[in-house]
Amino acid sequence: MSEAGERVQGGGLGRRRTRRGAAGGEHARDLAFAVLSPLALLAVWEITVRVGVLDERFFPAPTSIVSTLVETIESGELLANTGISLRRMFLGMLVGGTPALLLGLVMGLYRPIRVAVDPLIAATYPIPKSAILPLLLLIFGLGEGSKIAMVAIGVFFPVAINTTAGVLEIDRIYHDVGKNYGAGRWQTFRTIALPGAMPLILTGVRLGFGIGLILIVIAEMVGAKSGLGYMIWNAWQIFQVEVMYVGLIVISVIGVLFTLVLSELERLLVPWRTAR
Amino acid sequence: MAETPGRTLQEATEEGTGQGGQDRKIQVDNLTKQFRTKEGPLTALDRLSFGVEKGKFFMVVGPSGCGKSTLLRLLAGLEEPSSGSIRVAPGPPGKPANSMVFQQESIFPWMNVWDNAAYGLRMRGVPKREIREVVGEYLEKTGLTRFARAYPHQLSGGMKQRVALARAFANDPDIMLMDEPFSSLDEQNKTLLQEELLRIWDESAKTVLFITHSVDEAVTLGDQILLMTANPGRIKALIDVPFERPRSVMELRARPEYGSLVYQIWESLREEVEQARQKEVPR
Repeated sequence: MSEAGERVQGGGLGRRRTRRGAAGGEHARDLAFAVLSPLALLAVWEITVRVGVLDERFFPAPTSIVSTLVETIESGELLANTGISLRRMFLGMLVGGTPALLLGLVMGLYRPIRVAVDPLIAATYPIPKSAILPLLLLIFGLGEGSKIAMVAIGVFFPVAINTTAGVLEIDRIYHDVGKNYGAGRWQTFRTIALPGAMPLILTGVRLGFGIGLILIVIAEMVGAKSGLGYMIWNAWQIFQVEVMYVGLIVISVIGVLFTLVLSELERLLVPWRTAR
Repeated sequence: MAETPGRTLQEATEEGTGQGGQDRKIQVDNLTKQFRTKEGPLTALDRLSFGVEKGKFFMVVGPSGCGKSTLLRLLAGLEEPSSGSIRVAPGPPGKPANSMVFQQESIFPWMNVWDNAAYGLRMRGVPKREIREVVGEYLEKTGLTRFARAYPHQLSGGMKQRVALARAFANDPDIMLMDEPFSSLDEQNKTLLQEELLRIWDESAKTVLFITHSVDEAVTLGDQILLMTANPGRIKALIDVPFERPRSVMELRARPEYGSLVYQIWESLREEVEQARQKEVPR
């Protein structure tokens, strides 16, 4: 009896799937390829290490990396370091991104400000942010301040530059509409500049996050006793190669998760672009 | 300086400029607009004078380059005149002086239909309940109720201009300024929207200043037609359209008087169009 019921249900699911048609099938196949290719790579890696083609000291087998991953999770070391790095990232993005957003909007809307600030940005932007780290350590010390400042500086530039470009990209007609319909300064900000620039603002945030991630790792390697960067650097010093790989994996997972979060955010904030 | 060929055009408008009584909504006197270009000053509008009566559907027709869009932007306050004056009789307090319907796509792509239509009211801080009522009413009138939550990229060109109309009418301005709002639409959509516009306007009794390059559109919609010349923009003639209201677009077009009025206007425009073509310089 229950078997029959299940079968009916199964049939229903099957029909629903076929109704979606060819696009659904194609999607499933794409997904399969996307999952299979990294798995195949891992299998090749594992085998070549086991048969001794790859040097285990530099390329430990995936299975031993996984067991180290489990160990570091159980000891609490990994989660603590990940949490600390994420917190620094988050605060840095907030501290750097918020003024960058405001500055970008103002620069996009008001030409005199743009003309005045542009050369400053042009002059400071090319400096490799990692080169500022010693200065930041000097100013903020070895504590959280220097790490957060590092991320903040990395996030600031792409967000400010992209926000400015985003506002400038808004067609003049929308400013005319705002003027004709009596939008004040703040209303122009909120109803025209911010939503109009949003697609590029999000691009800036995405770029800023990538730069921030690089910088936080560097900062933690040089001047910290915690965080993922520290964990990787420390693993190199005591030659725990597996832990280095664990650190790399976690960083890449953070990157992927952030990309997912951001595209979800994009769907919410820019429905007029992504719904296309 | 004053004895330019423009003289005859002045004459044509003499009755139009005759100091009207209280019914005059807009009074334009000697309005001139010059733009600075690399090749020196370019006169877009040259000593324009005319008046628009309250509650009239006033059409401005001319070839491209006659500065008619500039005229509308001046009236909307988006540009400043080089000389001359625009006087607008004050409307009821609390109402916006004018709302513009633009030629290009002008509804915000980042707002759905409802938010677009509500824009003017929100900017003026109208109470939420009133906004809901008014916007609902004009979406209904423009047939957009079902699309209230749609974003502009999901709409056709005709639908987008309906949203622009709804936004302008919902704002309840004293004067409606329309800058070739239907010029990018196909013939069928254009006729439909003209019908809808006439219907909504009949109920609202607003003063409308409508710019077009289409003589047909001018005769179909207008009470009065101001014919303009190009390079520089001057007034050629002011023509009264004798057809009664309410009008039906298709019925009107079937009438012989309609055809002869269109022909008459075309004749006087023809030389202007040809002159404009000769003066055209590659940009």
